Amino acid sequence: MYDIEQIRRDFPILSVSINGHPNTFLDTAASAQKPQCVIDAVSQTYANSYANVHRGAYYLSEEMTVKYEQARAKVRKFLNAASEHEIVFTRNATEALNLVAYSWGRKFLKPGDEVLISQAEHHANLIPWQILRDEIGIKLQIFKIADDGSYVADEFLGLLSEKTKLVSVTAMSNVLGTVFPIADMVKAAHRVGALFMVDACQYAAHRKIDVQDWDCDFLAFSGHKTYGPSGIGVLYGKMSLLEQMPPYQVGGDMVDTVSYDHTTYALPPARFEAGTPAMVDAIGLGVALDYLQNLGWDNLCAHEEELIAYTNAKLQEIPGLKIIGTAADKGGVFSFDLNGIHAQDVAFILDKEGVAVRTGHHCAEPLIKRMGYTSLARASLGLYTSHQDIDRFVNALQKTQSFF
Amino acid sequence: MQIDELIENFELLEDWEDKYRYLIDLGAKLPPLPQELQSEEWKVSGCQSQVWLVPEVVMENGQKLLDFKGSSDAAIVKGIVAVVLSIFAHKTPAEIKEIAVENIFAKLGLSEHLSPSRRNGLSAMTDKIRYYAEVL
Repeated sequence: MYDIEQIRRDFPILSVSINGHPNTFLDTAASAQKPQCVIDAVSQTYANSYANVHRGAYYLSEEMTVKYEQARAKVRKFLNAASEHEIVFTRNATEALNLVAYSWGRKFLKPGDEVLISQAEHHANLIPWQILRDEIGIKLQIFKIADDGSYVADEFLGLLSEKTKLVSVTAMSNVLGTVFPIADMVKAAHRVGALFMVDACQYAAHRKIDVQDWDCDFLAFSGHKTYGPSGIGVLYGKMSLLEQMPPYQVGGDMVDTVSYDHTTYALPPARFEAGTPAMVDAIGLGVALDYLQNLGWDNLCAHEEELIAYTNAKLQEIPGLKIIGTAADKGGVFSFDLNGIHAQDVAFILDKEGVAVRTGHHCAEPLIKRMGYTSLARASLGLYTSHQDIDRFVNALQKTQSFF
Repeated sequence: MQIDELIENFELLEDWEDKYRYLIDLGAKLPPLPQELQSEEWKVSGCQSQVWLVPEVVMENGQKLLDFKGSSDAAIVKGIVAVVLSIFAHKTPAEIKEIAVENIFAKLGLSEHLSPSRRNGLSAMTDKIRYYAEVL
């Protein structure tokens, strides 16, 4: 049972009025709203149990450390990782992707080695590899997607070779919604001896992840897109890999012994968590992941699947509206072109009607160009999105058309 | 159109819808900016849509005056460009420095409709015009 009205009441911001209209928040793919339990966890931690972690031998520090490590345990369970030592807290998914490029990439990649990504990657899963290409002389290979945004196995397999050392691909495109068949892709990558990293930013908030089932080597996701606080992200890495990787940043809480001459580093994950971490945000993330899982993946997926079908049908009724990205397996992401009206104009008018959509290149500029645009508007769904949201969105789109 | 006339026209419009329709209309009536001027050279960075501003210096009675041409690929912003062009039309560099754009947009009843990030577009345009006034 998925009581959408009850669920919406868990998110206080949804009852805030926007420009005199109900808050029709359709930008969850950029950042999700927070349930009251996450807001409470953050404020209560500051109010009642705040101190630095892993340092002080006193009550509050102990308590805070326990809570921080409990949050790590919750992330482990969320991803079904083999061990909590494989869970590194970062600022966000961008930092997690950069960490792998910086630490693993600089140590293990050599000139002529290849990194393979898709055309549908976020800048955070493109630019770090471009930098390694220019610094080390690796080759960055990019496999094509179909015009409708679908994954094309032949394009991926065609570029996968013995030279490929790492494949790094989004599990769900933030622009097109396309879901990539990660398990199959990982198998193919491993057959040629390549490692596989998953950008699970979008996927993590919508479908259940099992890193052992996927057998991926690295995975990144962000807290703020999974209904948790901003400022916290996660890197999952297989222990055998994390152990071999040098630190990404250096400082406090990540060392074993330090002398003026020499430093030995702590084991993962501490090795990759230099300085005071975003511990309160990590605790908030743990609560958000509990909230998400308590809804039940089956219930959540059924709700979103039905709502995606409803949105598709409603949008198709609007003459002149074209959905960009229509892969058979896609998440609740609807990039669209409305009669060639500039995306910003669409967003201005939708905003006046209380409807929030994202516009621009969505941090995936080459992908937007590949789809034939310079800027797109995007509506995205979340666990709290209702049919009424979609109806208000459609009405606002029709109003937008009346301006042009 | 003179800016005073624009302010009067906007005052007659009651709600955001009419104001937006009028803005779109103002943008549509701008003389087309030649394709070759819609280039990186004349682009105003810091806007969510593409905006171009092209300055022109005219000498009148030994005094230096600036005029601007401009456009945008988005309709509402193009209307804002039209307003900006009338605000800064045929002014001396000293006058350009003194004009309080935010106040004029408040009088037009538009400032409340322009969120900070959109206002950044407006302030990016103003900064660019002031830059030209300084260097030309």
